[in-house]
Amino acid sequence: MDYFAQQAINAVQLGSIYALIALGYSMVYGVLVMINFAHGDVFMVSSFFCFLLLLVAPVPFAAALVIVMLATAILGVCIERLAYRPLRNAPRVSAIITALGCGLVIQNTTLSLSPYSQRMPELLKPVVWKFGGVSVSSLQVLIVGISVALMLGLDFFIRKTRYGMAMRAISMDRITVPLMGIPTNAIISMTFALGGALGGAAGVLYGMAYPVIGASMGVLVGWKAFVAAVIGGIGNVRGAVLGGYLLGAVEVFTVTVLPSTYRDLVSYSLLLIILIFKPYGLLGRPAVQKV
Amino acid sequence: MMSKKLPYLLSFVLLLGPVGCKETKPSVKIGLNLELTGDIPAVGASSKNAAEMFFSKLNADGGVSLASGPMPAELIIGDNGAKADQAAATAQRLISQEKVVAMVGPNSSACAIPAGEIAESLKCVMISPWSTNPKTTMDTTAGAPKRYVFRACFTDLFQAKVLAKFTLNDLKAKKAAVLYDGSSEAPLAQATLFQETFTADGGEIVAFETFTTGDKDFSAQLTKIGAAQPDVIFLPTYYNDVPLIAQQARRLGITAQFVGSDAWSSPEIIKLGGADLEGSYFCNHFSTQIATDEAKKFVSDYTAKYGQAPDDVAALTYDACGLLVEALEKGGKNDREAVREAFAQIREYKGVTGTFKFEPGSGDPIKSAVVLQIKDGQFVWVTNAQP
Repeated sequence: MDYFAQQAINAVQLGSIYALIALGYSMVYGVLVMINFAHGDVFMVSSFFCFLLLLVAPVPFAAALVIVMLATAILGVCIERLAYRPLRNAPRVSAIITALGCGLVIQNTTLSLSPYSQRMPELLKPVVWKFGGVSVSSLQVLIVGISVALMLGLDFFIRKTRYGMAMRAISMDRITVPLMGIPTNAIISMTFALGGALGGAAGVLYGMAYPVIGASMGVLVGWKAFVAAVIGGIGNVRGAVLGGYLLGAVEVFTVTVLPSTYRDLVSYSLLLIILIFKPYGLLGRPAVQKV
Repeated sequence: MMSKKLPYLLSFVLLLGPVGCKETKPSVKIGLNLELTGDIPAVGASSKNAAEMFFSKLNADGGVSLASGPMPAELIIGDNGAKADQAAATAQRLISQEKVVAMVGPNSSACAIPAGEIAESLKCVMISPWSTNPKTTMDTTAGAPKRYVFRACFTDLFQAKVLAKFTLNDLKAKKAAVLYDGSSEAPLAQATLFQETFTADGGEIVAFETFTTGDKDFSAQLTKIGAAQPDVIFLPTYYNDVPLIAQQARRLGITAQFVGSDAWSSPEIIKLGGADLEGSYFCNHFSTQIATDEAKKFVSDYTAKYGQAPDDVAALTYDACGLLVEALEKGGKNDREAVREAFAQIREYKGVTGTFKFEPGSGDPIKSAVVLQIKDGQFVWVTNAQP
């Protein structure tokens, strides 16, 4: 029993990280119908921002989190402004290739500056609590707590504020919305800032949980988060969260009951089966074809 | 139409002209196929440093003494990104385009195996300093050793025996768990061979778990391993992954001793691993503490030049270069076939990592191993293991 409880805790921690990154993919897709493949690398670079910040000034955790989120938000906006906006009306394939290219540029810039993996300095001293045979670290509580708080905050923002309403309006009809006096470009920039900030938060939390950071770490995690976003229904923010936790749980529990070699095989087969029955993801709605 | 393109053509010719007209002095071209970028850049950097140090010294002493007189050696460095496909492509480029007479590297088995296939098919000698996987020098389709592929290190089979014996006899541990990267060649071979020898010698493997390259979360596998209550956890995994595994294991309350393979040997592991790896043991090729006079000189020269002590990849690369030059000088010709024939004749060679003995027809040297412990942030020599 303890064993399964421990695995459940592992799954929640992993799922929180996936969900936080998946949100960045899903929001951008929702608004622009574009897959921002650079997001995994934005996430990676935010870990390095945190590392550099701590190298220069040993600020407390909360300050580090806020500064890195801000920095990554700016990076997100810059990428949109420089790379994606000029291509907004170009064929979709060009936009995707640009996104992939941006990711590679970020990754290789980091690689050339830091070819070696780095050890993230300890931001907080983790305390490990024991409940019977189950260990929970303060870090896990923090990761899950902050992720959930950010996700709830985002959900509130999108559903209850005027800016959120504008985002939802753009995702419905990008052509008509400017006619209503909504500054489309500003709202799109804001979407990238939000996505970047969430990726930044994920980068800081990830760097604390897995303190060896390297230039290629965004690839696999970013890719898995993208899968999570698709499973949840890409474009749907709640779906991304659901997909993230689902992917975390499927990965951990496959290892729990089967040899770990089968992890990726079983978990991705399962996710494919979900897509066969729910081709738009768990919470996604079929796109209306406008002719 | 033509006139429009002419300026571009002209500038192209002007730019490339000097490259084509470069004065070519006869030299012995030696290719390096190294992991300079990718997941294990510390390995490529050590290897490059050692090779450059070896050949700059050799060239300062006159170069390679061939039958026709001394000829300087020229290094051509290719990056394989620690990826199998790139390693094969780099081998192809070094051999076919750069026309190297022999190739040193790749180091990781995942790269050395495909690069070895290319070297074998193009009939060019390749020496891997650090690849311990049996398949590197083995032609698996023919079931015989490859003709052109050699290595400067012991194999995983020997390493697994050393570690199984050490775990059972010195650590008095009967129950072992294994966690390794199932998608990478060297860890795969080391894990499987350890499992075989450890069980054959009377130990018990209580958990045998894998992960995939790039994974950072091992909590599910480690929780499983923790439930099996092993005395030791064997981690035949690269220096980048080990620190995270160790940390997550300790946070899950697992107190078992960690034991590792030569994949740990980069000093980076101490920088990344911190206190969680303190007291862990691993098998290695070389220790600076029990060095011969020749090795001591290598260690002090290397430290003076690069500001850090050489790790085993550096030492093995130095020996790989030494072996290659020995073959070149014995063969007496700047010719691939002559190098291969002369290399196959080498029976004994004294290098900085110990004495190499080659049996006829085999590219695998017979040499001793050391067991090291991570203690106070240093690699400390524990024991020697003879073949």
